Amino acid sequence: MEEKIIIQVENLTKKFGDFTAVNNISFKVKAGEVFAFLGPNGAGKTTTIKMLTTLLNPTSGNVHINGFDSMSEKNDTRRSFGIVFQDPSLDDELTASENMQYHGVLYKIPKDTRKERIEELLKFVELWDRQNELVKNFSGGMKRRLEIARGLLHHPKIFFLDEPTLGLDPQTRNHIWEYIHKLNEEEGTTIFFTTHYMEEAARVSKIIAIIDGGKIIAQGTAEELKATTKTASLEDAFISLTGKKIREEEATSADRMRTQRRMFRR
Amino acid sequence: MDAEVIYILWKRQLKRYFRSKSRMIGSIGQPLLFLLALGFGFSSVFQQAGEGNYFQFLTPGIISMAILFTAVFTGIEIIWDRQFGFLKETLVAPVSRLEIMIGRTLGGATVSVLQGIIVMIIALFVGFVPQSLLMIPVALAFMFLIATLFAAIGTAIASLLEDMQGFQLIMNFIVMPLFFLSGALFPLTGLPPVVEIISKIDLLSYGVDGIRSALVGISYFGFGVDFAVLGVSTAVFLAIGSYLFSKMQI
Repeated sequence: MEEKIIIQVENLTKKFGDFTAVNNISFKVKAGEVFAFLGPNGAGKTTTIKMLTTLLNPTSGNVHINGFDSMSEKNDTRRSFGIVFQDPSLDDELTASENMQYHGVLYKIPKDTRKERIEELLKFVELWDRQNELVKNFSGGMKRRLEIARGLLHHPKIFFLDEPTLGLDPQTRNHIWEYIHKLNEEEGTTIFFTTHYMEEAARVSKIIAIIDGGKIIAQGTAEELKATTKTASLEDAFISLTGKKIREEEATSADRMRTQRRMFRR
Repeated sequence: MDAEVIYILWKRQLKRYFRSKSRMIGSIGQPLLFLLALGFGFSSVFQQAGEGNYFQFLTPGIISMAILFTAVFTGIEIIWDRQFGFLKETLVAPVSRLEIMIGRTLGGATVSVLQGIIVMIIALFVGFVPQSLLMIPVALAFMFLIATLFAAIGTAIASLLEDMQGFQLIMNFIVMPLFFLSGALFPLTGLPPVVEIISKIDLLSYGVDGIRSALVGISYFGFGVDFAVLGVSTAVFLAIGSYLFSKMQI
C-alpha cells in the first residue's frame, strides 16, 4: 500500500504584477516525512509557504493539505497545520501564557484540554517558569521556542517552519532541531521547513527540494542530490544547481518597517 | 459566531491598552490641550456673541475628538500587527474573518470610550457641569456608537494600506477634517452653505450633537436623527470593514 500523501501541490504559480515569485511548482509530501525547502534568499520559499497556509491566494494551481483544498476548504486546511513564521508573530505586550491562551481559543480547544496542553508544551520548550513574563522581555531564541509551542497547541498533523533557526545561535538552533526531531519521531507529525542552511537541510530532513527563481530545480535525498550533481557535499550540489551569483533583493515594506522598529526601540 | 473568540480578541485590545501607560497619557494630551486652550481662550468671545458658556459647549466636542482619534487609531493598528507579524497568527487561525473584525472593533471601541470617559472626568474637575446625571448613559451610548463607527472605518482603511507610511495622509485628510468640520468646536447654525453641507455629511457631527444634547442640552439635529444616522452608518461601515478585512492577504 502506498503511503498517505499529506501535502499535494500541483502547478502552483504566484505572480506579483510582472514578477513571477513562484513559477509552476509541483511536489508531494508523505505523511510523517521531514521535508526541506532549500533555496537562496528571494527564491520563493516564503511565498510558497504563505500559499500552502491560506495566507496568500495563488495566481493558479492547486494545493491540498491533509486532503483539504486550501482555497475552498480554508478552515479545515487551517486546522490541519501549525506554523512558525519567519518573522516573530507573537504579541509582545502579552505574556507567554496569554499568547498561548489566545491561540487555544482561536483554535477552539476546550478549556480543560487547553490548560493541560499549554503546561505540557511550555515545559517541552522549557519556558514554563517564565510563562507570566511579557514576551517583549524574551530573547530571540525564547520567542522562537514559544512560537514552536504555540504552533503545536492544537495537535497539528503538519508543522510548517519558515526559516525556524534564522538569526539564532548554534546552541538554540540545536535545541530547536531536537524538539522538531522528537515531535516527528514521537507524534509522527509531518514537518515542512524552509532554510538556506545546507547542513540543517541535510541533517534533519529526508527529502530536500531545491528552489531557485521560483522553480523547483531538484528534489531528492541529500545523497541523490550529490549523486546527480557529482559533488561531494550538499553545499557544492546547491551551488552547482543554483549558480554562484549573489542575490540582490529589493527591500519590501516589511523590511523597511523592521528597520523603523529597530530605530523606534532605541 | 463564537463568543469566546470575540471575547479574547476584545480582551487583547484592553490588555494592550492598560499595559501601555505612555499611549494612554499620550492620547489624552492632545484633547486636553484643545479643551483647556480653546475652552478658556474663546470663552469670552463666545459669551459676547450670545452663545453661552463655551466650556460647556466645547467639552462634548473634545470628548468626541478623543474617541475619534483613538478609534481610528485602533483600527489602523492592524497595519502595525501586520508588519510585526501578529496578524498572521490571527489570520492563519480557523476562525471567520467576521469574528476577528467584530472582536477587534469592539475592543478598539471600548478603549476609545474609556479615553472619552477620561476626558469627561478631567473636564468635570475643570468646571464642566452636565445638565443631568440621568442623561450620562445616553451620552455613553453615543460615545460607544461613534467609537464603533470610527474603529470600523479605521479597519477598512487599514485593510487597504500596505504600511504606516499612509498614516499621516489619513490623519491629515480624513481624521482632522472629520474633527474640525463636525461642530465639535463651533455651532453648526449660521454657517456658510458649503461648510454646512460638508458638516452634514461628516458623520462625527451626529455623534458630537448626540453627546452634546445628552450632556448640555444643546441640539442641532435632534436625538432621533443622530441615532438613526449613526446606527445605520455604523452597520454599513462594519460590513465594509469586514469585507475589506476578509480580502486582506499577507
